[in-house]
Amino acid sequence: MKSPKVTDIPMNNIVITAENDKLNIIFSGDVLGCDSAGAVQKIQGMLQSGIKQVVIKAEDLEQWDSSLLVVIYETLRLAQATKLKADIKGLPKNLRDLMQLAFADDRKPTHGGEDYSFLESIGKATIDSAKTVSAVFSFLKQTLSSLGRFFSGNSVMRGVDFCSALEDCGPKAIAIVSLISFLVGLILAFVGAIQLQTFGAQIYVASLVTIGMCRIMGAIMVGIIMAGRTGSSYAATIGTMQVNEELDALQTMGLSRVDFLVLPRIFALILAMPILTMLADIMGMIGGATVGVFMLDLPYEEYLKYTLNAFNLKNFLVGIFHGFCFGIIIALCGCYSGLTCGRNADSVGVATTKSVVSAIVWMIVTTGIITVICLELGI
Amino acid sequence: MKKAVKIDVKDLTVGYGDYVLLHDANYQVNQGDIFIIMGGSGCGKSSMLRVLTGLIPPLKGDVVIDGINMVSGAADKVQKIREKSGILYQSGALFSSMTLSENIMLPLQQYTDYSPATMRELASLKLALVGLTGFDDFYPSEISGGMKKRAGLARALALDPDIVYFDEPSAGLDPISSRNLDDLILEINQSLGTTIVVVTHELASIFAIGNNSIFLDAETKTILARGDPHELLKNPPNEAVYKFLTRGEKK
Repeated sequence: MKSPKVTDIPMNNIVITAENDKLNIIFSGDVLGCDSAGAVQKIQGMLQSGIKQVVIKAEDLEQWDSSLLVVIYETLRLAQATKLKADIKGLPKNLRDLMQLAFADDRKPTHGGEDYSFLESIGKATIDSAKTVSAVFSFLKQTLSSLGRFFSGNSVMRGVDFCSALEDCGPKAIAIVSLISFLVGLILAFVGAIQLQTFGAQIYVASLVTIGMCRIMGAIMVGIIMAGRTGSSYAATIGTMQVNEELDALQTMGLSRVDFLVLPRIFALILAMPILTMLADIMGMIGGATVGVFMLDLPYEEYLKYTLNAFNLKNFLVGIFHGFCFGIIIALCGCYSGLTCGRNADSVGVATTKSVVSAIVWMIVTTGIITVICLELGI
Repeated sequence: MKKAVKIDVKDLTVGYGDYVLLHDANYQVNQGDIFIIMGGSGCGKSSMLRVLTGLIPPLKGDVVIDGINMVSGAADKVQKIREKSGILYQSGALFSSMTLSENIMLPLQQYTDYSPATMRELASLKLALVGLTGFDDFYPSEISGGMKKRAGLARALALDPDIVYFDEPSAGLDPISSRNLDDLILEINQSLGTTIVVVTHELASIFAIGNNSIFLDAETKTILARGDPHELLKNPPNEAVYKFLTRGEKK
């Protein structure tokens, strides 16, 4: 006669025995920190070999921890999923009570996350993208309406908010903009000097730095600094207002969120950015002169002469125009990210990141567009 | 004498996108009621409040306040009704960059022609009404959670509203502050005749202030019970309501 198949897996005082169509799981002694994942995996494998009933019991069980609970809970879930009978009468009352609690129906969520197939995911992503584009256009429309209200004297924008925003993005940004621009001028001069030295044309470092800073580098550097410094601050401030229900309060008071929060910030950056760009141009040129005069030993008068020769009002104005456009982009990206922020702390972080990334991307796109237009116009 | 109907909710379905939280809700709030919207977590209480206050549109149905359909009515008429409503949010939702006085003056600046001096006096009065005399020039960050709620209530009362909505007024408050806020709600209701709509699951508050209510159920997505909370406790229409009103006791 064929003897019944018996498999013993002693595992830190857990004995799992398969006998004909019955799986016995017996806990004894101390069951502390056992390999619950391994035990469950073995139980799962054994359940597939014609088992019809699972019996879980304890014999002289002393100390135990959550690893034992995991084995019982997962085994019961497996039994439930495969419609097997499970008997836990042999467990102490406290363990049975805990399992009853874990399987209580009335605490199951009434709705949860949905699983999508690959195609459904693509469809959902497409719909979400369309919604985002629609939301962006709606925001731009609201901003234009708000500007209309402002110029017709019907805006609820507060002067004090504009002054506060201007102070934050103007005087308070001078130090960092000056430092970074000075260093960029310095680097530009160094890199240029290495190449120009081979032709004995170091003096043209002055032209390189002047044209580079005035035409584009000054504006780009200010744009990146302000996107990281001010745009992110707008997103975080407005996002926190969303979390604190302050945006809801504005809406229910009938106050336009764009008038109240977006307009002062746009105006502040529109005013501050061209001025900061001018400052960046000057600081960059000073940085270049520092390298030219003190390190390349170029005569000061000569350097100044070449700088003035290279300075072109058109280049300068193109740079200022870049700064103006970047101001609008940073304010719009920062405010939009804040206004569309979710209602928890994580969302504020996401909104902040989104504002910086989108502002930088749009600044680069804008730079490309302006460059093409300038080329076409011969500027 | 029968009270006039202030808010009439008809076949209202509340949810987000395809997800329905509550369907075909019908109820009325009478003039001068302290109306409680109660139910377990996730039953749609706060979403119902967001629909009533116009923050989100309903998926279906109508909200009629003082005879004006707030969902499909003319924008100017809807706005007039909104101006006569005040809301106290869970966190107070005071603007952190403004003093308490400036917070209260904000709706006054928007909707009245009062001089700045008058508005300042009105703000002081509203603060005094909620027990915050002398706190005019304090910023929200300088006061406690309970005081923030009271300041939020002062702002909600700025335009002498006909209806004041409260979203979980007791949340985050100690029992004494919670009781004080309940007393304040009763005081406002009795002395100004304001209709009050409160979303809460705080039993002590429900029984202390409520004289009319609805019970929302997450499972059936319907209104399971309606009426005076005290009456509902005495004669619970079903097990779920009884369990809720007795903190889970079995019948």
